[in-house]
Amino acid sequence: MSHNKNAAKVEQILRSYGVDVRKCMRCGKCTATCPAFDAMEYHPHQFIYMVERGEVDKLAASPSIWHCLSCFACMERCPRQVEPAKLIEAVRVAVVREKGQNHLKPEDVPALLDEDLPQQAITSAFRKYSK
Amino acid sequence: MQRIGVFICHCGTNIAATVDVKAVAEALSHEPGVVFSTDYQYMCSESGQTLMREAIREHKLTGVVVCSCSPRMHEATFRKAAEKEGLNPYMVEIANIREQVSWIHKDMKEATEKAVILGRAAIAKVHLNKPLKAGESPVTKRALVIGGGIAGIQTALDIAEAGFEVDIVEKEPTIGGKMAQIDKTFPTLDCAAYILTPKMVDVAQNEKIKIFSYSEVEAVKGFVGNFKVSIRKKARYVIEDKCTGCGLCTEKCPQKKVPNPFNMNLDTRRAIYIPFAQAVPKVAAIDADYCTMLKTGKCGVCSKICAAGAIDYQQKDEIVEREYGAIVAATGFNPLKPDKYNEYGYSTCPDVVTSLELERLMNAAGPTAGTLLRPSDKTHPHTLVFVQCVGSRCDAENEKGKPYCSKICCMYTAKHAMLIREKYPDTEVYVFYIDVRTPGKNFDEFYRRAVEQYGVHYIKGQVGKVVEENGKLKVQASDLLSGEQLHIDADMVVLATAVEPDKSARGIATMLTASMDTNDFFTEAHAKLRPVESPTAGIFLSGVCQGPKDIPETVSQASAAAAKVIGLLAKDKLTCNPCVANSDEMLCNGCSSCEKVCPYGAITYSDKEFRGPNRTTLIRRVASVNEAVCQGCGACTVACPSGAMDLKGFSNRQIMAEVDAICKM
Amino acid sequence: MQDVKEFRPKIVAFCCNWCSYAGADLAGSARLSYPADVKIIRVPCSCRVNPMFILRAFQRGADGVIMAGCHPGDCHYTSGNYFARRRMTLLFSMLDYLGIERERTRVEWISAAEGAKFSKTMNEFVDTITALGENKRLEDLRCKK
Repeated sequence: MSHNKNAAKVEQILRSYGVDVRKCMRCGKCTATCPAFDAMEYHPHQFIYMVERGEVDKLAASPSIWHCLSCFACMERCPRQVEPAKLIEAVRVAVVREKGQNHLKPEDVPALLDEDLPQQAITSAFRKYSK
Repeated sequence: MQRIGVFICHCGTNIAATVDVKAVAEALSHEPGVVFSTDYQYMCSESGQTLMREAIREHKLTGVVVCSCSPRMHEATFRKAAEKEGLNPYMVEIANIREQVSWIHKDMKEATEKAVILGRAAIAKVHLNKPLKAGESPVTKRALVIGGGIAGIQTALDIAEAGFEVDIVEKEPTIGGKMAQIDKTFPTLDCAAYILTPKMVDVAQNEKIKIFSYSEVEAVKGFVGNFKVSIRKKARYVIEDKCTGCGLCTEKCPQKKVPNPFNMNLDTRRAIYIPFAQAVPKVAAIDADYCTMLKTGKCGVCSKICAAGAIDYQQKDEIVEREYGAIVAATGFNPLKPDKYNEYGYSTCPDVVTSLELERLMNAAGPTAGTLLRPSDKTHPHTLVFVQCVGSRCDAENEKGKPYCSKICCMYTAKHAMLIREKYPDTEVYVFYIDVRTPGKNFDEFYRRAVEQYGVHYIKGQVGKVVEENGKLKVQASDLLSGEQLHIDADMVVLATAVEPDKSARGIATMLTASMDTNDFFTEAHAKLRPVESPTAGIFLSGVCQGPKDIPETVSQASAAAAKVIGLLAKDKLTCNPCVANSDEMLCNGCSSCEKVCPYGAITYSDKEFRGPNRTTLIRRVASVNEAVCQGCGACTVACPSGAMDLKGFSNRQIMAEVDAICKM
Repeated sequence: MQDVKEFRPKIVAFCCNWCSYAGADLAGSARLSYPADVKIIRVPCSCRVNPMFILRAFQRGADGVIMAGCHPGDCHYTSGNYFARRRMTLLFSMLDYLGIERERTRVEWISAAEGAKFSKTMNEFVDTITALGENKRLEDLRCKK
């Protein structure tokens, strides 16, 4: 059995944002840095590893991707230029596109809101794809 | 017409798996002049060489082409074998069908075709080869070691031991280097000063060794066996021969606020100083940037109190010219300054220190006299966090760090953690690691002791950020094994910063024409088989200037470099490269173009008599090449407008023949 | 009828023994492939490359010529690559005058430690030359016989 169960989809996600998960040396600095850690089910270093293993569906189903604040601290601090925040954005986009949309619809937003968190991610996804 | 023998090497399967060696031998056997063509499993083996020698004898070969690995690997081997059979070694040419063909191509047809073409080019060249005889040049029996750290010290001592003179050029006022700043050494925990200073004294007392302290290499000319080096002795404003090293001046100097680089600027020293108590030579130096006398002309305290009259405010830089047979680069390293890592707060929080700063904070001769105190408020720290791999193992595109593993940080961090826990059992010590790398004799045992015996908390994960809050350092980190994000209130944070080559190394490499890699470490002549030699003949490498290493490894490499230098200096004569320039006097028009481009001054002009028409004699000015000085670069051959200058072994006709053979296909 | 064959360029690479030739060896030992169209000629220094050699290669039907030497400042012979650089600049203006595409001749600085750069450069150069197609302007048709 291949290590990566979902090769084509992973390839598409990685290519859409130019992220190379194989660069990761598993230092966990992204997770150490992440301000949204407590709200997340999966943490940035796990995002990377799960995509590498092809577990995108599990990741896409998790609310964690909407908890990422897009603050880009992990990208700034990653010593290996893996760019976790970009990858999370890529997964979010893949989720949105899978629904046949190219942006978030206003009616989808309330379900994604979390009162305890700033809503940067949703705002950014909304802003970016609402043109 | 030459009688050429062609030998195709299989190199086991290295070549034969991608190149149809039989087909190459067959194709090349039809080339003009080829009288013998065969393939063999390992041409470089004893039996392969015998095969070649027998063929030279039986077929009366006048030229040989070996299609094998790179000439940088075995050209010398095959030339030697040919020479044993009475063939001039320079009648042997190599076609590189391993590095340039079989290792990079997958398609057999394509690879075989290319191998045939490269073989043809080599045959075309051999047709024009001429027997060459190597000249000889003398060897200056003295070595130069650039850098006086433990690497340079060990190399110098070993060379001197063999009876040769050695000069050490050290840019600081004392030898000793980084090791002098270190407190204890892993994995035995003996005191660095205790093992280093006797060696420094040995250097000072050795009659064969001359130390140029506070000096820098200014220019290097010449070549292996015959280097001419200009050394700049920087003005230290103290006469070296007169200063007794009593240190009175360093106590009386009124300028007290000079940062002390020996203590990593954690305390201050005077404007006139001796870097540390065991300095060699123990001679004071004045820091011209801070000395009131040198800046304003009003002070002169040191001069007044110096009983030996050693102070000389008028001292100027002095250039010394010395000759050497060999040069050793031992330029060492510096720890990377982590000021680009804002998340660790090194620039803003005084209690975030680098590992070398911690060494000084724990050293009995350091700013705190060996008691570990926080730099900010001089209190005893209870919780310490060590961060590994700061600036090491970064992506090649990462601008802040280095792509390599600095090799020594895992071990020195284990050492620090252990020493702190031993001396201050009331402390909690956390080490955040990505991997713990401990290859080395007794290294892993040492690290395990830190965990098992001293209870150091090793946590797999990295520190994300350090923020100063109410006198505490809030450390936010991840523990990857438990999947938690940790928040630790620390008193001190220690960054294990990457090792980077000393900034002076790049300039020195340029002067030595020694090559460097993209990280500014010196390149070795062969990564495995010639690790202490530079590809430039006569230049040797010692210590961290070649790549990160710990003290035991540095000392072994330093001794290895010394062995290579001794091997060179033991020779009375060196065989020169016979592939040198040669001027055809009949074509030379005496224009001096060649003389101007020659980097070695190997070309001289003289008036010579030539026979003119009607029994007249003409006197013409023509160039001649000093074969012992010419290094065979060929700059003059292209500059010559009349085509008189040519390079033996790489003549115009030979290179054109290769071009023709490649383009013919 | 003539076969329509895939165009494979002929490329001559002059490599300095001390840097790019060693870089090519490194590319080889690291198995970093580049097309077989590149054939290397070893020279002691980039300053040994007479512009005449490059013209000769074009005359004999080469489609591209690349010269690789040590990085400026790192010449094994101190100054050879500076001479080479100046000579190539002059050759470039001559080739411009003759109407030879500038891209067919290339000068690169590749050190002994840059195996990856060697392979990358050669791949790019072959792509460029393949896109340009056959070199016809300078080829001496008599050489074809």
